[in-house]
Amino acid sequence: MKLTGSQILLESLRLEGVETVFGYPGGAVINIYDDLYDSPIKHILTRHEQAAVHAADGYARTTGEVGVVIATSGPGATNTVTGIATAYMDSIPMVIITGQVPTALIGNDAFQEADICGITRPCTKHNFLVQDLRDLPLMIKKAFFIARTGRPGPVLIDLPKDIQVASMKFSYPDTVKMRGYKPTVDGDERQIGKAAQMLLKAKRPVFYVGGGASLADVCPELLELAELLQIPVTTTLMAMAAFPGEHPLALGMLGMHGTYFANMSVTECDLLVAIGARFDDRVTGRIDAFAKKAKIIQFDIDPSSIHKIVRVDLPVVGDLKSVLTTLLRQLKEQPQDVARQVEQTADWRKEIVGWKAKHPMGYQSSKSVIKPQYVIEKISELSAEDAIITTEVGQHQMWTAQFFNFRQPRTFLTSGGLGTMGYGLPAALGAQVAFPNRQVIDISGDGSFQMNSQELATLVQYRLPVKIAILNNNFLGMVRQWQQLFFDKRYSQTCMELPIDFVKLAEAYGATGLSTDKVDDVETVIKKAFEIDGPVLMEFKVSREENVMPMVPAGKGIHEMVLAS
Amino acid sequence: MKHTISVLVENEFGVLARVAGLFSGRGFNIESLSVAPTLEPDTSRMTIVTRGDDRILEQVTKQLNKLISTIKVVDFTDDEYVERELALVKVTAESDSRAEVLRIVDIFRAKVVDVTPKSYTVEITGAPAKIDAVLALLTPMGIKEVVRSGPVVIGRGSKGVAG
Repeated sequence: MKLTGSQILLESLRLEGVETVFGYPGGAVINIYDDLYDSPIKHILTRHEQAAVHAADGYARTTGEVGVVIATSGPGATNTVTGIATAYMDSIPMVIITGQVPTALIGNDAFQEADICGITRPCTKHNFLVQDLRDLPLMIKKAFFIARTGRPGPVLIDLPKDIQVASMKFSYPDTVKMRGYKPTVDGDERQIGKAAQMLLKAKRPVFYVGGGASLADVCPELLELAELLQIPVTTTLMAMAAFPGEHPLALGMLGMHGTYFANMSVTECDLLVAIGARFDDRVTGRIDAFAKKAKIIQFDIDPSSIHKIVRVDLPVVGDLKSVLTTLLRQLKEQPQDVARQVEQTADWRKEIVGWKAKHPMGYQSSKSVIKPQYVIEKISELSAEDAIITTEVGQHQMWTAQFFNFRQPRTFLTSGGLGTMGYGLPAALGAQVAFPNRQVIDISGDGSFQMNSQELATLVQYRLPVKIAILNNNFLGMVRQWQQLFFDKRYSQTCMELPIDFVKLAEAYGATGLSTDKVDDVETVIKKAFEIDGPVLMEFKVSREENVMPMVPAGKGIHEMVLAS
Repeated sequence: MKHTISVLVENEFGVLARVAGLFSGRGFNIESLSVAPTLEPDTSRMTIVTRGDDRILEQVTKQLNKLISTIKVVDFTDDEYVERELALVKVTAESDSRAEVLRIVDIFRAKVVDVTPKSYTVEITGAPAKIDAVLALLTPMGIKEVVRSGPVVIGRGSKGVAG
């Protein structure tokens, strides 16, 4: 039996295990949407293509599966770009299908034509323009394979309209082989052996864990390794949920807004072990002052991450699952050395306990005005053990990393690499679609929220009970903070002068809106929101000029942090 | 330091843009780039001349390798290789200079491939330094137009890029 291009697409998606897609219809994908009408694949209609990509991203980050998006040609496709770049920077597996004008019109400036393959080349792991229907099944197979293997990432397939309507006999390939793409899986056993020896000799070791640990699902191995050797663990923004926040070995986040004790540990350590982390500038601060007393081991799946920013002493390229499993096995074969090592590093842990006591994470509390950190602490306290937290970008994002106690892997979704305002609400939407029965909370600022607030409609339409907590300071707070500290308080264009009635906004979409400016009401509002079976927007009018502290000023080493403003 | 890199790629839609975009997007420098299919029609070979310190060159080769369309990357700089470039030069050749142009062409084993009453077009092949030398000697005669292919390289003996 012959199938059309769009039927082949949907059938291939089904064979790849896709149950849900996020998207927005249009002229160049109308055939796909016609076939979707009869398909078992569930489609979530967002109110903007950017939100569809962030939602698929949230779906992918929580489930570990490939997120799938469908958008039309031209503006539909260009609207996906910010979402794709966000996923690319954070290595999120996704497949984005865009409609394209018919092949005969490509290059003619046709209506709703955009060279989306050209536009997304630098922000996708790979992309395909389908020029012949016969190539389509293998291209889809390759797209999913590329997206989910190696260092994951988004892959785009641009599908011209004439190919969607052409038909042929369909068979889906079982396997895929590419001469140019063979990701390394197993780390080199000897290199791992050397790492084990370095770990058994170090006097002041620290684990520096990045988003790769979440993506590779190695949180249990990481916990076992840290506990076996009693090595303190600092996590990047991308890995906050990869290690339990209240574990005695947890140092919290490092870097620009990291804890005093995490930054001091990295500065004073003699062995830094980077696990799925890429030495981002927000982590390292001034590079020649970063971990300069330490030998560095780097475990990473991507060879191009090695020696990119920092020269490392021992690189191990491979899938973290395989590498950490081998490392654990090797260490367990030397129980006496492990025991001796735990003893040898006791003083180091004591020193860190001293730093924790000297400058714990904290903030000036208040009885008269709501502190944003207080709201996050309360959400952390009152939310379910397996609650999924998303954020937008800015001060509230940093406060969430600092004050939310993450408990389980894949429960923290945030745009770490690209720093995309407007990410949190659609990502929460995608996470809620993946896990209808779990608590999903978007912690937001008033600025970021307004970048994708239209998604309230999607939440209401699909009865997705996402809870939104807006920490409203009527400022673009992070930029304002920089203006205060480095630009002589010249608040250029950072005051959101028009006060928005967020309660009415929520109600306009058919969601519930709650608002308070009273410290004593914070807990009540959160509890009430959690009890309501539907989407709720909570607005907390918080102290307006609160700063995120500690802070490493640009160009300084991470040990030169300012502790309070 | 100058590096000459051979890149074997899948001969598919957009592959040149991927490679060129990688260089511009990451701030790497391209001095020259030449590309043509190999004996296998689905494979192309690029020769890229670039500059950078060791750290940059390590990133250049790693990032090239990371492209899905890239099959193999070889940096020939430290190895034994043969390097050749082709140049076509249209040089003024009127009564008094015609003989001198031919003498230079002869000395460098170049070839005159087109003749008009007022000009010769000369084909020169060789290492880029040889082409520079010929151009320097022809400049006083009046060069009307030059086109250079950029170098292509191949490893000596067993060294090289299969495919």
